[in-house]
Amino acid sequence: MDAPQAAAFLPRFLRWNRRAPQPEASPIQLFQRRIYVLPSGAGLAYAAALLTLLLASINYNLSLGYALTFLLGGVGVASLVQAFRNLLHLEIRPAHCAPVFQGESAAFVLRLENRRDTPRPALSLRAGNGETLLELPAASAADAVLNLPATRRGWLPIGRVTLETRFPLGLVRAWSILHPDLRGLVYPAPENDPPPLPAGTGDGHGRLARATGDGDFTGLRAHQRGDSPRHIAWKALARGGPVLTKQFAGQAGEHVELDWHALPGALDDEARLSRLAAWLLAAENGGHTYALRLPGTTLPYGHGPAHLRDALRLLALHGHAAER
Amino acid sequence: MPPNVEVSRRTAFCLLAAASVTVLPHAGHLPPWLVALCVLLLGWRGAQLLDRVKGLPRWLVLGVALAAALAIKIDFGHFFGKDPGVALLAVLLCLKLLEGGSPRDARVAVLLSFFLQLGLFFYDQTMGVAALALAGTLLAVTALFGLHQPRAPLPGLLRGAATLVLQGLPFMLVLFVFFPRIEGPLWGLPADAHSAVSGLSDTMEPGSISELSLSDAIAFRAAFAGEPPPNALRYWRGPVLTEFDGRTWRAVRTTSTAAPAYQPGGPVYAYSLTLEAHNRRWLLALDYPDAGLDDLLYADDFQLLAARPVRARARFDLRSRPHTPVGMEESAAVLAAVRRLPAQGNPRARALAARLAADGADAGTIVSRAFDHFASGNYTYTLTPTLLGAHSVDEFLFDTLEGFCEHYASAFVFLMRAAGLPARVVTGYQGGQVNPIDDTVVVRQSDAHAWAEVWIDGQGWRRVDPTAAAAPQRIERGLGESIRAGDPRPLLMRPEFSWLREFRHRWEAVSNHWNLWVLGYNEDRQRDLLARLGLETDWRTLTLATGAAAGLLMLALLGWAFHQRRSADPLDQAWQAFCRRAARHGLPRHAWEGPLDFATRLADRFPAHAGELRRIASDYARMRYRAADGPAAVRELSQRIRRIDFT
Repeated sequence: MDAPQAAAFLPRFLRWNRRAPQPEASPIQLFQRRIYVLPSGAGLAYAAALLTLLLASINYNLSLGYALTFLLGGVGVASLVQAFRNLLHLEIRPAHCAPVFQGESAAFVLRLENRRDTPRPALSLRAGNGETLLELPAASAADAVLNLPATRRGWLPIGRVTLETRFPLGLVRAWSILHPDLRGLVYPAPENDPPPLPAGTGDGHGRLARATGDGDFTGLRAHQRGDSPRHIAWKALARGGPVLTKQFAGQAGEHVELDWHALPGALDDEARLSRLAAWLLAAENGGHTYALRLPGTTLPYGHGPAHLRDALRLLALHGHAAER
Repeated sequence: MPPNVEVSRRTAFCLLAAASVTVLPHAGHLPPWLVALCVLLLGWRGAQLLDRVKGLPRWLVLGVALAAALAIKIDFGHFFGKDPGVALLAVLLCLKLLEGGSPRDARVAVLLSFFLQLGLFFYDQTMGVAALALAGTLLAVTALFGLHQPRAPLPGLLRGAATLVLQGLPFMLVLFVFFPRIEGPLWGLPADAHSAVSGLSDTMEPGSISELSLSDAIAFRAAFAGEPPPNALRYWRGPVLTEFDGRTWRAVRTTSTAAPAYQPGGPVYAYSLTLEAHNRRWLLALDYPDAGLDDLLYADDFQLLAARPVRARARFDLRSRPHTPVGMEESAAVLAAVRRLPAQGNPRARALAARLAADGADAGTIVSRAFDHFASGNYTYTLTPTLLGAHSVDEFLFDTLEGFCEHYASAFVFLMRAAGLPARVVTGYQGGQVNPIDDTVVVRQSDAHAWAEVWIDGQGWRRVDPTAAAAPQRIERGLGESIRAGDPRPLLMRPEFSWLREFRHRWEAVSNHWNLWVLGYNEDRQRDLLARLGLETDWRTLTLATGAAAGLLMLALLGWAFHQRRSADPLDQAWQAFCRRAARHGLPRHAWEGPLDFATRLADRFPAHAGELRRIASDYARMRYRAADGPAAVRELSQRIRRIDFT
């Protein structure tokens, strides 16, 4: 290959190597063609030691030295095959990934199934910075959880997953690259300390409502994202207790419309989404009925966890029309 | 695996055991202080693992390492050589165990233990050492194996490691046989590389051979093509000593040629001699080597020499003719050298020589008179003679009257020279024991011997063994029955240990094979073996053979790796057995047919079993497609399938 051709080949290879992965059909079965095996650092040190032993055996005519060297070499080869075998015919099924808010970490769950009647120890799964270790007993299945940081809203694919083992002796690294068909939804991060909910149309009260407003204090509940810091039970926290949010008998049961277009013009798109996310949480927590109006789409009034999920999903996928 | 994780206690114990099995056999040749240090360090590590003591701080470990290195330098005088190297390795391995419990430390310790195991082979390559090395390897592999399975129980770890070692064994055999053997050394060996050998030397003084005689170690073995010669003819020639300074006999320079200086004659004995490494050139051939032995040299004092010192056990195919007349024409220079005596010393012996040579006696008469003097002089044959002073010959002949073969030979040659006859001392081995198991003659260091040769005009060199005059049974039956009762003698020569001798014979017949085929497997043996397989012994063939054999083994291993899967899904197997049985009764399952539909069809055909057939199918479908039941449920289903009776 000529130098210029080689020069052209390299970027192409890198592009190919980093190409957007095509998710694979489930279940992913590890056949021999997709398992790679190479010596690890420890394996290279082992090989160097064996070479030294061999040279010493030749030099000093040590018959048992030859035997020891060759036995250790054989053990190395056997460990190579065993590392390969530890991955061979493993089945991986994408399980699920619960939606998270931007800035949190998404927990991707993969189900690994070992159909063989021998265990598969020392497996490691890696995706991005997330790594998890597990061990599969004979004829069993187990869930592996990989945590990936959710840095952008929208769909977060699990991407490229490396399944690796250094079993049995750590001399050899056997691995396979997977692209499981698994993605998690990332909601926009709720704005910290958002302004109060916009005015709702109350049930006959006809006045400005503040969800979880400043009415009479009724109790405490666990802190959720989007709760205003003003309502955190600081005294309870100072006593070493959990983070709790004070609840007030506000004007629950109002109809609140959360409208993209009604937000101040100075806010950019992501800031609007953040505020809307915070409001959605506040509205749901406050027990209101709420509607969401976004450019091009509208979610009618409703409440409850399913309604909240639908609303947050709309925010998450705003502007990602093609990916819905 | 993150490097800062501590290895499990089980793994640490395996590592400690591996290190102990590797370090402790070295105790025999390491200085005692070093052995004590190693035992202390290993013991400390053991106590630390049992939570009895704390770990040593890092600075202390480093300090001990430096101090030990310094002490080794002082003790051995140098660093570069196998002895100080092995000593250093032993200390480093023990310290490495104490230094830390990280997997990386464990890996380094395992590699060190492999090096130290090889170090053991410098000193000893017997079957016992091989078994120890195998145990050490197994433990070290177990330790490596445990690094990745912190929670696995010990028996499981051992089983896993044993599987690996067993899978490695065929590779070892193939490589051992086919890997091209090169005769070392590849580079210069340290000066002490071959120091640990015992045997004859090219000097002799009172006590040097009797010291050797206490050793049971084998000097060489000779396998005769037919009947071995009688004991009295079994003189195995080593260094011939000419120069005498009143106390010590020394060899002189000889010339060697590709053909003997004599005309071989008389009956011939063909034998193959397996010589232990003695780091010398002499081959200890039976007197007198026949002409036409390839690649060997004939010295003018009738020794047979190898081209290079024998540094590894080696086999030579030889022929000897004990009745050959030798030295019919001897050079004047040699004859002058074998007449020379110190000007002073041993006056009484000189006077005796004058009496022997009185009346103008001819050479034959002088020799037989001297021989008679030893036979009738109440001399005692003993391994522990009284120490001799300045006039060693006089004191032996007239005062102490007790000595070992070197005393007799030395005194006899002195008398001959003083009487004017050319004579010299020959050292070597005499006799040897026939092993009844494999009919080889085994010659040990305890068979070391010294005798005399007298040159008589017209007769050439004539062997005279004055020991035979004083203790005839030494030559006829060997050392064990000839020395004084109460003398220390090699254990196996004591009459009450005949059962032990029998065992020893068997053991040595096995070790002989071990020596020939395992330790002595060298370039020549490899060529022999491959020729028997019909293979050439060039590098290409060897490389191809190694590659092909290793490739086949690799395929077998891969077959093992794949095979597990096919037999692995017992549920599918059970279902397939079910389908096969149905097919035999005329109802094969269609490819498109799901289990439940198939069961419906079967139930129509075999209404007596309809219920069970449907249950089997639905259980299978449930296990297959919904929940993964445990292996017990699968076994139960497979039993039900076997029990079902299609009639």
